[in-house]
Amino acid sequence: MLRKLLVALAAAVIAPPAVAQGTVKIAVIGPMAYVQGENHWMGAELARDDINNAGGISVDGKKLKVELIRADSNEIQSVSDATNAMERVITRDKADFVVGGFRSEAVIAMQEVAMDYKKLFLGCGAADAKLGQNVEANYDRYKYWFRVTPTKSPDLGRTLFAVLGSIAGQIRADLKKDTPKVAILAEKVLWTQAIVAALQTNLPKMKMEVVGLWQPSPTATDVTAELSAIERAGADIVFTAVSGPVGIVLGRQMGERKMKAIAFGINVEAQKDGFWEATAGKGNYVSTLDTYGMVEVTPKMIPFVTEFEARFHKSPTYNAATYDAIMLLKDAIEQAGSTNADKLVPVLEGFKDHIGTSGTLTWDKLHDPVWAVGKTSGIAVQWQNGKKVPFWPPLVKGMQPFKLP
Amino acid sequence: MLQDILVTGLVNGGVYALLAIGFSLIFGVARIVNIAHTAFYMLAAYCFYTLLVRLQLPGTLAALISVVAVTALSVLCYRLVIEPVREHESAVLIATIALALIFQELMLYAYGGNFLGIPSAVEGVLTVFGVSIPYQRLLILVVAAAMLVGTWLLLYRTRLGLAIRATANDLEVANLMGMNVHRVAMATVAISVALAAIAGVVVAPVFVVDPFMWLTPLVTMLAIVVLGGLGSLKGSLVGALIIGYVEAITVFALPQGAFLKGAMALSIMVVVLLIRPEGLFGVVFEEER
Repeated sequence: MLRKLLVALAAAVIAPPAVAQGTVKIAVIGPMAYVQGENHWMGAELARDDINNAGGISVDGKKLKVELIRADSNEIQSVSDATNAMERVITRDKADFVVGGFRSEAVIAMQEVAMDYKKLFLGCGAADAKLGQNVEANYDRYKYWFRVTPTKSPDLGRTLFAVLGSIAGQIRADLKKDTPKVAILAEKVLWTQAIVAALQTNLPKMKMEVVGLWQPSPTATDVTAELSAIERAGADIVFTAVSGPVGIVLGRQMGERKMKAIAFGINVEAQKDGFWEATAGKGNYVSTLDTYGMVEVTPKMIPFVTEFEARFHKSPTYNAATYDAIMLLKDAIEQAGSTNADKLVPVLEGFKDHIGTSGTLTWDKLHDPVWAVGKTSGIAVQWQNGKKVPFWPPLVKGMQPFKLP
Repeated sequence: MLQDILVTGLVNGGVYALLAIGFSLIFGVARIVNIAHTAFYMLAAYCFYTLLVRLQLPGTLAALISVVAVTALSVLCYRLVIEPVREHESAVLIATIALALIFQELMLYAYGGNFLGIPSAVEGVLTVFGVSIPYQRLLILVVAAAMLVGTWLLLYRTRLGLAIRATANDLEVANLMGMNVHRVAMATVAISVALAAIAGVVVAPVFVVDPFMWLTPLVTMLAIVVLGGLGSLKGSLVGALIIGYVEAITVFALPQGAFLKGAMALSIMVVVLLIRPEGLFGVVFEEER
């Protein structure tokens, strides 16, 4: 009760709707000292400039300019720092909307704060399914949350199975191995749990043999022992679900050992431009799910990547889909003729096949993107001689062949 | 599996031993609780990365400059931060924690939270009993052995070593005997940080460089030095090998519990200390005194 009273009091003193002030304030929240936060911010900057250069957001004949608020959540190190940042952008900076977030544990906590204040929060980084399950369990409270990217972790699993099936097919054809052996190497964290469980259940059904599960700490910086064991187990594929520094060490050590197994899965570090240099050029053949590439997943992807690279001299990671989040807000505000969150929720829910830079989005009742190959599944890329080469889904224009060591 | 454990444990133990030697000297022998010790290791790694990768200096020159620069910085830090509070252990503890956090935040500010990689000094892999060992890790083993021998000779075959041990044993008596205890302590800090810097230059290529890379080794080093027995270099070597082997056994015997390897190693330390509170070789050290 006390919490509700305090929140009501705080809500009463925060700013009136921004329409009257001629701007829409959007807080971009993320770990700004890290690549994830940098991409949150850079994607948002492009969206702001594209909207403002075109005149702004049209509401009732007026043009509202987009104003961004940069909020460092420091969420990789501290969940409480993240919730404090969310509280700050809403109460002190008077943000109308919030986009961003990366680490699931932190985003779940930040979601609570945003929902307390009935602020629209469009997620661009966290995969944990609980975020959407909250919407289903208590719609009135959590309806202000929408996930833009990535798809929820079980759907990430579906994408992974689809790509894994494609790689296994190539191993069967090229190496003449009917039942490829898969070693699972997954960080012991929240977002990998559903993926690991699904892999253990489904890989045998896909005619693949699971030779073991290794779960290092998310802060591990050495996987020598794990790789020795994986090599001894004769794995053909090292399935990875890693977001920390271990992703770099894994790529580097596999390269140094000249392992015949191919690494595929989710390797957040391998999505970054700096991966090749960080592995000292040893990360060849490492492959991972990704979002952006010079491929035509949507008509907007190549122009966006081109503009992003020209301006920031690096390629975007999936967190740069803050661009899409802000464009979704723009379209919703223009359609509703209002910045009122309660009026925007049904408009956002009603979007069908909304074409963004990262994919083509339709939300389900959990406010999670509806999974579909080539629409919201993202792409898969492989490091080949210092370049990140997109290879899946094969039907998308611009994809190149996947290579085995 | 046995050969995997034997080889992997030895190689990882060598990495830990190299990191532990300097810490053993400063914490175990000189009894200066320099929590910033592994932060200097982190600074050396960043310095080496900058000179080698960004400025494209030759490897040997980059390594030399890194070790000298970080050692010089440690002397400055000793004079400004440690020396004024040297007689109060808890104050040294707090001051060096603050120092380490300042270094961490400075690196975070300068380089961001990105993970950086340093090329290996020696490329290639040696296969022993079917287990692949990169040459860089073998180099670490060689450097660790050389550093151990060098530090032992310094402590037990030189006047400076005698002064370091005497000062650590009783500061006041050493002072009364005419030793310049501040200069001895400063030399100890400089030597131990130089060892940490060498470790940073040699070990960083097998890990990643980031602002928080000093934290995990700090806990492991504390465990190794305490497990081996304060003041015993031999104990630190044995402690490092024990930790390396416990981690290898954990990963091979319990793959799904690989994330527990650090906790398992620390648990072994606790068990040993319950049986021998002075650590494995602590008694020998006491007798030597």
